[in-house]
Amino acid sequence: MLEQTVLNGIHREAGAKLVDFGGWEMPLHYGSQIEEHHAVRRAAGMFDVSHMRVVEVLGGDARAFLRRALANDVAKLAAPGRALYSCMLNEAGGVVDDLVCYALAGDAYRLVVNAGTGAKDLAWLGRIAREGGFAVEIAARPDVAIIAVQGPEARARCWQAFPALRAGTEALVPFASAFFRDWFVARTGYTGEDGFEIVLPGPLAAMAWRALARAGVRPCGLGARDTLRLEAGLNLYGQDMDESTSPLESGLGWTVDRRAGRDFVGRAALDASQPTRALRGLVLAGDGVLRAHQRISTDHGEGEVTSGTFSPTLARSIALARLPAAVAPGDRVSVDIRGRRLAAVVVAPPFVRQGKSLVDSHLTQESRP
Amino acid sequence: MIKTPQDLKYTSSHEWIRQEPDGTLTVGITDFAQEALGDIVFVEFPQVGREAKAGEAVAVVESVKAASDIYAPVAGEIVAVNESLKDAWEALNKDAFAAWLFRLKPANPGDVAGLLDAAAYAASAAASK
Repeated sequence: MLEQTVLNGIHREAGAKLVDFGGWEMPLHYGSQIEEHHAVRRAAGMFDVSHMRVVEVLGGDARAFLRRALANDVAKLAAPGRALYSCMLNEAGGVVDDLVCYALAGDAYRLVVNAGTGAKDLAWLGRIAREGGFAVEIAARPDVAIIAVQGPEARARCWQAFPALRAGTEALVPFASAFFRDWFVARTGYTGEDGFEIVLPGPLAAMAWRALARAGVRPCGLGARDTLRLEAGLNLYGQDMDESTSPLESGLGWTVDRRAGRDFVGRAALDASQPTRALRGLVLAGDGVLRAHQRISTDHGEGEVTSGTFSPTLARSIALARLPAAVAPGDRVSVDIRGRRLAAVVVAPPFVRQGKSLVDSHLTQESRP
Repeated sequence: MIKTPQDLKYTSSHEWIRQEPDGTLTVGITDFAQEALGDIVFVEFPQVGREAKAGEAVAVVESVKAASDIYAPVAGEIVAVNESLKDAWEALNKDAFAAWLFRLKPANPGDVAGLLDAAAYAASAAASK
């Protein structure tokens, strides 16, 4: 039996194609994944991401505990409301999960973690707290829903739908958040566009979804969310990294804070490791579609596609791929697509940011077949 | 509402087949198939002139979701592919019965009798849901 979010009935009414997504019945699309993708790049779209798990860390040791549990350093969160992307590692330096950590008032924190890993994360956090003797309370919040409103017009349409929200959220910079009564509004997302992620009490979610739709925000499924995040060069947990891969081999070295004096879980393993692989972007030169697990041949050895898709913005196929570390942006590689070897160019993600291609220099006539 | 035109033949693997006056067969994917695949972004066509066995994978339809094999409904030679779909693949989603993929000259014209009619296909597709 699949779990359902409080918006499941609205998705059914709207004719969504519902699929099993990490044990949750979620909308894949409401008709056309590509049109939904373009709506987010050009105007505004919304996603029900209530399957993601909200976890609060409270108590006097919350800050010290998260400085131990997370590879990025919550000490960087200078003021309540500020947010930080981080991996949570195991002792071997593998990625247990990736998450966004928001600082709340009074040295409390809110984590938003992946749907399929929620139970595992709670157990792991509990173990770190016990073993380290931290005085913290770790509390799951299954009572809330999350609506991500994304796109160049996302904030304006939110304020059109909820005028009272404007005063408290207009000044938010990217990666900042604020409470408005019992709504938590963060200027974060997973699409490479501007927008808000709104965490609100579950019983209010249907009203909010309908009001946003009336303000011209297009309902979008998780299919478009995947093509948007891939164009934005954002990793997907379980696909681009997992417990067997280091963040240093997953394009996430920038999120690991290894300044002196902080012993976070996994640090010793990372310090002792010498990464031999790197996560890079690929742009397919000709027709075809890159897919996860396709094999790649390079001048420096073999690699593998971790996430591949057709990019609606670039109208060609793009991928994230784990390659030998010596392979550099600009290099040519070949990908085995059902027995055919197709040429691709290595690029540094992101591919698209705020509606604009960042890889045009690799898309010249010369690189076409 | 999934369409299943009465005048076509079908396979349980979701190809539709139209018998042309010259004896060739025009082959495409059904409305059920395009609906299941989602937005189609590329088709890998067979070489014209290729001899295919019945049930052999001869083309690949790539959607935003997945790559799906398309099978020869009967044995025969590929005599044409629908070049007009190139860079207009969304035509397959808009009207799957107009956007044909390839034409095949059957090795044995009688083989067509073994294909499904609209009612049998509709039942088969409903069961595969």
